[in-house]
Amino acid sequence: MLQHLPVLPLLIPLLAGVLMLMPPIAGTLQRQRVFGTLAALLQLLATITLLWQVNQHGPIVYAMGEWQPPFGIVLVADRLATLMSVLTALLLLCVQLFSCAGEDQKGKFLHPLLMFQALGIQGAFLTGDLFNLFVFFEVLLIASYALLIHGGGPQKTLANVHYVTLNLAGSALFLFALGIMYGTFGTLNMADMQLRAAHIVKSDVQLAESGAMLLLVVFGLKSAMMPLHFWMPKAYSVAPAPVAALFAIMTKVGIYSLWRVHSTIFGDGAGELANIAQPWLWPLAWLTIVIGIIATLASKTLRELTANMVIVSVGSLLLMVTLNTREATASALYYLIHSTLATALMFLVAGLIVSQRGKAEDRFVQARPVAQPALLGLLFMLAALALIGMPPISGFIGKALMLKAALASHQAGWIWPPILLASLAALLMLARSGSTLFWRTRGENAGEVKVHPAQLTAVCLLVITLPLMVVFAGWITEYTQAAAQDMTRSLSVPLRIPGDTDA
Amino acid sequence: MNVFWILLLPLAGILLPVLFARFGRTVSAWLTALMPALALGILLQHATEVFSGEVSVFSIPWVPLLGLNLSLHLDGLAFLFCLLILGIGLLIILYARYYLSESDNMALFYAYLLFFMSAMLGVVLSANLLQLWLFWELTSISSFLLISFWWHKSEARKGARMALTVTGAGGLALLGALLMIGHVAGTYELREILAMGDVLRNSEHYPVILTLFLLGAFTKSAQFPFQFWLPHAMAAPTPVSAYLHSATMVKAGVFLLARFYPVLADTEAWFVAVSLTGMATMLLGAYIALFKHDLKGLLAYSTVSHLGLITLLFGLGTRLAAVAAVFHIINHAVFKASLFMAAGIIDHESGTRDMRKLNGLWKYMPYTATLAMVAASSMAGVPLLNGFLSKEMLFTETLNQSTLGALSWWIPLLTTAGGAFAVAYSLRFMHDVFFNGEPIDLPKTPHEPPRYMRVPVEVLVVVCLLVGIFPHFMVGDLLAAASAAVLQADLPVFSLAIWHGFNFPLLMSALAVLGGLTLYINRRHLFGFQMQFADRDAKYMFEEQVQKLIARVTTLHKWLDNGSLQRSMFLLILLALVVSAAPLFDLLDAIGTHPQLPINWVVGFCAGLMVAATFVTLWWSHLRLVALIALSVVGLIVSIAFAYFSAPDLALTQLSVEVVTILLFLLALFFLPQKSPVIDSNLTTIVRDFSVAALFGSVIGTICYAMLTRPLDSISDYFVANSKSGGGGTNVVNVILVDFRGFDTLGEITVLGIAALGIYKLLAQILLYMPSADNKGYRWSKERHPFLLAVVSQSLLPLALLVSAYIFLRGHNMPGGGFIAGLITAIALIQQYVAHGVVWMKERMPINYLGLIASGLFIATLSGLGSWAFGRNFLTTWFDHYHLPLVGEFELASAMVFDFGVYLTVIGATLLILANLGKLTTSERLKAGDD
Amino acid sequence: MEFTFAMSVGVLTTAGIYLMLRAQTFPVILGLTLLSYAVNLFLFASGRLTVNGAAIVGHSQAYADPLPQALVLTAIVIGFAMTAFVLILAIRARSDLGNDHVDGRELPPERSAMEDALANRIEKNQARQNRSRKKPANHQQAQQNNVKRKPT
Repeated sequence: MLQHLPVLPLLIPLLAGVLMLMPPIAGTLQRQRVFGTLAALLQLLATITLLWQVNQHGPIVYAMGEWQPPFGIVLVADRLATLMSVLTALLLLCVQLFSCAGEDQKGKFLHPLLMFQALGIQGAFLTGDLFNLFVFFEVLLIASYALLIHGGGPQKTLANVHYVTLNLAGSALFLFALGIMYGTFGTLNMADMQLRAAHIVKSDVQLAESGAMLLLVVFGLKSAMMPLHFWMPKAYSVAPAPVAALFAIMTKVGIYSLWRVHSTIFGDGAGELANIAQPWLWPLAWLTIVIGIIATLASKTLRELTANMVIVSVGSLLLMVTLNTREATASALYYLIHSTLATALMFLVAGLIVSQRGKAEDRFVQARPVAQPALLGLLFMLAALALIGMPPISGFIGKALMLKAALASHQAGWIWPPILLASLAALLMLARSGSTLFWRTRGENAGEVKVHPAQLTAVCLLVITLPLMVVFAGWITEYTQAAAQDMTRSLSVPLRIPGDTDA
Repeated sequence: MNVFWILLLPLAGILLPVLFARFGRTVSAWLTALMPALALGILLQHATEVFSGEVSVFSIPWVPLLGLNLSLHLDGLAFLFCLLILGIGLLIILYARYYLSESDNMALFYAYLLFFMSAMLGVVLSANLLQLWLFWELTSISSFLLISFWWHKSEARKGARMALTVTGAGGLALLGALLMIGHVAGTYELREILAMGDVLRNSEHYPVILTLFLLGAFTKSAQFPFQFWLPHAMAAPTPVSAYLHSATMVKAGVFLLARFYPVLADTEAWFVAVSLTGMATMLLGAYIALFKHDLKGLLAYSTVSHLGLITLLFGLGTRLAAVAAVFHIINHAVFKASLFMAAGIIDHESGTRDMRKLNGLWKYMPYTATLAMVAASSMAGVPLLNGFLSKEMLFTETLNQSTLGALSWWIPLLTTAGGAFAVAYSLRFMHDVFFNGEPIDLPKTPHEPPRYMRVPVEVLVVVCLLVGIFPHFMVGDLLAAASAAVLQADLPVFSLAIWHGFNFPLLMSALAVLGGLTLYINRRHLFGFQMQFADRDAKYMFEEQVQKLIARVTTLHKWLDNGSLQRSMFLLILLALVVSAAPLFDLLDAIGTHPQLPINWVVGFCAGLMVAATFVTLWWSHLRLVALIALSVVGLIVSIAFAYFSAPDLALTQLSVEVVTILLFLLALFFLPQKSPVIDSNLTTIVRDFSVAALFGSVIGTICYAMLTRPLDSISDYFVANSKSGGGGTNVVNVILVDFRGFDTLGEITVLGIAALGIYKLLAQILLYMPSADNKGYRWSKERHPFLLAVVSQSLLPLALLVSAYIFLRGHNMPGGGFIAGLITAIALIQQYVAHGVVWMKERMPINYLGLIASGLFIATLSGLGSWAFGRNFLTTWFDHYHLPLVGEFELASAMVFDFGVYLTVIGATLLILANLGKLTTSERLKAGDD
Repeated sequence: MEFTFAMSVGVLTTAGIYLMLRAQTFPVILGLTLLSYAVNLFLFASGRLTVNGAAIVGHSQAYADPLPQALVLTAIVIGFAMTAFVLILAIRARSDLGNDHVDGRELPPERSAMEDALANRIEKNQARQNRSRKKPANHQQAQQNNVKRKPT
């Protein structure tokens, strides 16, 4: 089984999703819940084992159908990919648990769809083939389309119309880009591309470049980079709590792909094509944070606020991508893990608040008190500290790391202000929203709705990870440094798998 | 190691009061006091070594990448502050036990208090910059919790938020400063940095570092112009104020000044910035304090003023000034804490803090009055009390320095003025409250507080006296050690004598006292004068500003994001256009060296037809049926193009997909408006959109042309070469689909399956119903299933199935395959629906589409998993040739199982979509319940 | 030949993009479909153009590049799934938001077959009632029609 480790993170959700559509499991919701949770656990286990393996013995390449690269499709499990994979699995487990508390009664197929969503994300992280990346993008997108309308209601439908239409346009652009890439490189394997990029035919350089730039747009759209971010706050703030929490990692898929394609294929070693995206990425990333700050201050509900802070985190990550130093990448990776977990946590907490605050939901208005102020207050506070980037939760390490990385590459002058101001805006808004949601109450009679044990478990799982990230920050940053280090070379590994002759 | 415990014990103590809350108030108070007491004990053990100048350090690495280590050190300064934090903290715990009422959640209060205490200890003990910042932020958070302890009061919430926002902002500035210090110094370890003052002072970054650093320190210590948050933090319970605003929170700022004195001081910038800020704050605070009617308000502003005084001393540049500053830190902490607690007692026992009502309390609580007055005199700087000594030192220092060059004589003058105001408000505190006639309608008749509530005050007042009378004996060593730590250099000689003979400082003190008296006696006029100025409440001003900011930003945001899909789509296309077009400007010529095919008239005609059809679609897109027909023409030609350019599989697929798609469109049109209202006929929009579209189209066209006319060396020869030998099929495209890149196909059918699920969810909640007539008002024909159609399609079904079977089987070697076969079958079945209606089908063909999809995906996945049994990778295929009589030579390949999975999935998905959409018009439609 | 091909792709793209920038769901979907045609042709073109070279072993000497064909096939299928989804989504939006504007904004009510049918049914009922009161139904009809036509 160990031999097939890299493919397990994909097969587990795929099979789980399929089986949940077939008798006997499809029969009752209860079976689906149990089975789904088990599958999620199994996946987490598999990914952790994989991470451990990779960390011990270096990147693993898994050739689908044993067709040697660059001809067949390969999965490349290096430190970066497996890290993201573990993160996804953890998130899946949490939202799977959370949705067992009744969210899954609001519509059909929630559990299978969550599985398929995870499948798409895992695939996008693990694949080493550009077209296969497209396929998995589509898997995660179609799953997210279906998840976004879960529960129904006009807002969801409207948000979905925007989300779907924009992303379909994005997919079209992706295919154009793929056409160009194949038409100039004559290959689809990313590692092979990296090798060919260095000595590409003169007359093809510009073509390849426009292809790469189209990819930048596609990934920008996925990661909600300004000015392609408009779909994101809408979609995330109306999605059901567990779905929104799972979406927390979707913007990161875009960032990840940027690393894979623009920092690696078109990285420093790409000759004439080296770092072609940088000049465009600088201003866009910077403006993304600025837009994020504006949106943050303008938020009217907790979910909206959280979604808007995602824009800020995306902007910060993009800045780190453009910095493109090893330290920056390592820092960004740490921050990425943190912000994903923190965002997910806040979305789940927001979900709990919505369920306990009656008609006012999570709008920043005076309303009836929540049923469990102590519990929700504590959870909110922890999530808030994490999002602002205040100690003792992991946020401050991530923030400090990125500031330090910017300083180290002498770019602090213009990278610092937006990041620091963003934290200030977050502090301001979260302090206000918190005191409104929990303290500016009207009347004494709280609702009956209480937090379901399953929900509590899910949230606690996330809450625990944050302090753990602080305690083991040393180890994690070591790992991310290693990941950043072999990000550049790991791609060329798949061309050197045993029994490979042609390549 | 011991040093570590000083921090750890109170931190661990946080849980005690919460865990043992049910054992009553006294118990939890004792338990709370336990840990700090132990910590204090450990601290005092270190006294001797600290006084002898040793520094005990404790450090373990934490986050190397960040330079953040867990490292503590205990030098004189840290020792002094720990002493204040723990000592006064313990008194506060005792005091709070009696101050808090039954209704307050005491356990929670104590937990917060210990949290804050630990944070403060962390700040003063940190030997690592980033760790210091960590605890610094924790003080902000914990103080937020303490100030907002009575959260049901609006002013408590506002005050807490304000404090958090201001100090939080300062914290960010400080983070910046510390990171830059570490960057310049190359280390984040404080002990090393303290020795690198010159490096920092001479670095290019120094101005920025200093600015950020002072922002951090001044916001925390409520220095002008950030003084406004402090008085509003008074909404907290009095024990909190007594703790935060005497020994801890606000002292953190001056602690920072002291800590980095050897690193950042000794420059013109430092002296000017720090001394002027300090001076301004001192005067402002002292002046406003005089006019506050609220007891705590007066004390709050006097705190501001005294912090200004300390800052001023740090800015004066002489070493003795620094010593004086340290000394005053001690004194202020002691007398201010006792004053706050006295004020608390008065509030507690008389029910108000308004000095216009509080008069002549001497009769009612003589003992408390005495204590309060001693403390107040110390605040005023009366001889034989500790306040006097440090003030004398201040006066001395103001005389012999030259920070402001020729204008340096301002400093002693203004300082004396400040002193005068201090005397004045101290007098007011004493005279107004304890004498000055009878109390005016107090809520309750005042009386002495419970015994133990007074103890903390007594202790502190005694300290005031002892220090005032035997300064050297009391604080000599402590002061020496602390000052040495601040200066990081040999101490200047200073004498802590009470009497230095008749000299200038003494004269200044005398002047201050006289001035104070005069001010107080003429206070009526002063109040009258002050009345003219509107007394604006910083709390509301701040709130107002924030509201305004948010309002502005919201309008801006609305303008940026108007929620229009068209805009976001436009931006997407625009960005794509710009970035993809930019490189092409460097592309010398689009046309490449690759030999081109000759054009012939058939192709020309088809292309022309397609372009025409495209424009029809474009032009009449509002007449939706027309547009649809044109669209189908385009699709048809596309598939012809595939066929022509030797891609038969594509042609077949495109064709079959086309049929299904158009069917879908037709069904959809049934529910959508049949005509678009021409609403965005606004010409500019059309021109704008079309030009962008045309530009992008031309870019794509150009790239396409450039690509077509360039040679390509690709990996695909490998596929042609290995298709038969390795994949067991001659149709390379199909072999690629089911074998070389079978993984893509698996993903692709998964997408199809998920789409079906999503569509199911969508359809289940659609509330549109079967129209009985078209939009001209013509009824739809009731006779839904024409007999002829029924007969024909029924007889067609087996044929269609046969064809699909054939297409499926030949797929591996000839154009065809599971996908196309699946679509054909699906269409055939759909035709039955059309011909016979849903009910008829339901009786004869009870197909569970979901099951079909699932089993299809399942089979496909299993066929891939099968290879595991032979120890091969996922999706590894196997094939072999067999010979049967009659049938003859035939081939079995695991890829065919995979393809069968594809086949089933396609049927399932297509039928689920089409049939359910069709069913919307019948009684068999999905009910909202199904979703 | 290549030029004609490239031009057709360009035209398809243009039309597709333009329609995607419209304000109703239906034209947008039309645009998507056109765009996906363009995309498929473009992707196909990345393998260059070949005539009479179907990639079937032993059928010709100069094979067309089979890989892009496989890719396009995948793209077509995925495109089909997406088109289907977005079409149904459009219907759903129509039902949830009461109109087919992409932002769900209120528009001059342009009725679908369904609503007209409903209108007719109402008319019929009224007519039935009126018949008892001896009133000409067609008069009602006319009114209804006026009401219906006015907005456009």
